[in-house]
Amino acid sequence: MSFTVYVPRDSAALAVGADTIAGEIAFEAQRRSLDVNIVRNGSRGLMWLEPLVEVATPQGRIGFGPVGCDDVAALFERGFPAKCEHPLALGLVEELPYLKKQQRLTYARIGRTDPLSTSDYAAHEGWAGLRRALTLEPTAIVQQVVDSGLRGRGGAAFPTGIKWQTALKAVGAQKYIVCNADEGDSGSFADRLVMESDPFMLIEGMTIAGIAVGATQGYIYVRSEYPHSIRALEAAIDAARAANYLGPDILGSGKTFELEVRKGAGSYVCGEETALLDSLEGKRGIVRAKPPLPAITGLFGKPTVINNVVTLAAVPLILARGPASYRDFGQGRSRGTLAVQLAGNIRHGGLVELAFGVTLRQLLEEFGGGTASGRPIRAVQVGGPLGTYVPPQHWDTPLDYEAYAALGHVVGHGSIVVHDDTADLARLARYAMEFCAIESCGKCTPCRIGAVRGTEVMDKIIANQDRPKQIKLLRDLCDTMVNGSLCAMGGMTPFPVLSALNYYPEDFGAGAHHADHGNQQKTHV
Amino acid sequence: MDTDYTQVALEAALQRHRSRPGALLPILHDVQDALGHIPPATVGRIAQALNLSRAEVHGVITFYHHFRSHPAGRHVVRICQAEACQSMGAADLTAHAQQALGCKLHETTADGVFTLEPTYCLGLCAMSPSASVDDEVHARLTPAKFDRLIAATRRTDVAEQEAP
Repeated sequence: MSFTVYVPRDSAALAVGADTIAGEIAFEAQRRSLDVNIVRNGSRGLMWLEPLVEVATPQGRIGFGPVGCDDVAALFERGFPAKCEHPLALGLVEELPYLKKQQRLTYARIGRTDPLSTSDYAAHEGWAGLRRALTLEPTAIVQQVVDSGLRGRGGAAFPTGIKWQTALKAVGAQKYIVCNADEGDSGSFADRLVMESDPFMLIEGMTIAGIAVGATQGYIYVRSEYPHSIRALEAAIDAARAANYLGPDILGSGKTFELEVRKGAGSYVCGEETALLDSLEGKRGIVRAKPPLPAITGLFGKPTVINNVVTLAAVPLILARGPASYRDFGQGRSRGTLAVQLAGNIRHGGLVELAFGVTLRQLLEEFGGGTASGRPIRAVQVGGPLGTYVPPQHWDTPLDYEAYAALGHVVGHGSIVVHDDTADLARLARYAMEFCAIESCGKCTPCRIGAVRGTEVMDKIIANQDRPKQIKLLRDLCDTMVNGSLCAMGGMTPFPVLSALNYYPEDFGAGAHHADHGNQQKTHV
Repeated sequence: MDTDYTQVALEAALQRHRSRPGALLPILHDVQDALGHIPPATVGRIAQALNLSRAEVHGVITFYHHFRSHPAGRHVVRICQAEACQSMGAADLTAHAQQALGCKLHETTADGVFTLEPTYCLGLCAMSPSASVDDEVHARLTPAKFDRLIAATRRTDVAEQEAP
């Protein structure tokens, strides 16, 4: 009898020993003369269970996790892979409430397939969106994306279809599709999961975008901190090209689309789309003034669609199943699903894909299970380093772009970083300023100088030097940064700072804030 | 650094990328991957090959945190300092690492084996704190696990140094 055992190859699993475990399983199986076929799948996104080893059975896959390197021999002693009597056995993976309660559309395949098998991808609804797109006129493809209500998942939430329409109408012999895979926000790993656990989905989404707007060349700009993502994408691109899903004559249609991975070099601001374009051109990653919009004057001055990984990854399903199938999820103007990333001091951290409208409290309690440290949750930062600390009185507000904006918060990229009651919000506010000082591109003064001064002011507040005056100065500085910065880096660094000050004034040695000092919100991106 | 080897690596990088659009970053990555850093002496040749000024090439090298103009230790250890890792004790881990290695962030150990650097997110935020050693990532770190990781890397390093 032969067994199929899955051991993820995603860097989350690798970072906790998945390669060693795969080796141990092969060794133990050989020693016991068991016929075990090991498949290196993607991660399911249930990070607290990684490395999550699965065994295929007629009833479905049985999970074991988190498996330590020392557990493998003991697993075999207890009848693995034929039996699941070991304490690490989790039962059927797809019946785990954490997974079962999700609404997985974009992430439906992750963990189930071999990320580098084009045929496995095809057997799980892959390439259906591309095949459909090849039967449609460009305007019809763009219309499908417009009708889906998809908005940019990188944080800015700009309607994707409108961006594509602009690039389609722009005149140019050469146009580009650029994927922003510079996922630098702490707390986020949704892009990384797509790239490592289902890379063909991104390739398919970009190819559809290329066919839709008339672009023949695509670039995926991946941060240098993600070496495994770069390797996975390069291998996937080679496999897709070999199978004719990419190249000069896609599936015999006569359409051309070429794709290349470009590696970043450790600059956070290159996640801003215009800085990313400058970086791709071989320059310092300096933010450009808009207009002109990248859709009209983008990479090398040509019309360019630049979208985040998760945005492009949503496209194949929209084409395959029709826009209504996506639009029917969500609420208000926030349509479809949001890939929430539960991170930081959280017991059950991982990826939770749900329709817009879920509350932070549901996510923290029903999925997250409280803190990893077992202490009370004190602060929750939503939307990355430029997002606010959302106070408990707002935890019952549905996650929705507009509902969050109304309270001065941002959904951003969907990351949720939890801190327990040992967190010092003044130190976190100082960190936000320091990070901005380190990463500012330097083009505009409010960001370049403001972040340095902001760090100094926070040092004085922390050292209890003339606090009322310094807090007034901090608010004044934040006002200048919010209203005077060129991009979201300087413009939104005050969001975590002011929310920390307003909702946790005791950490700043200040009294409760007044209503007129609420977060100042301005759309920058 | 062997001058001949530098020349060979540099010309190979230029040969491979110079005709591509936006060639500078791929060239710099190749040079650094081959030599461990981008020697200031190579800047003039890179600028000439791409028809850029030396100032432009220097500006790009110094803008990006990843690129270095001077050699690092043989292994680069990067500890995440971002919010998710802070919430799980990154500051304590960093303090431990500095003590264990006997060098501060941005410094190299006296024996030249390790360079210790901060990094801002490795995308392992649900399994913090995290760090990387060269291109390999490690998560759910504790001071004890960090020490084992350093010891294992030292053993590899000794083997690499003794290899012919």
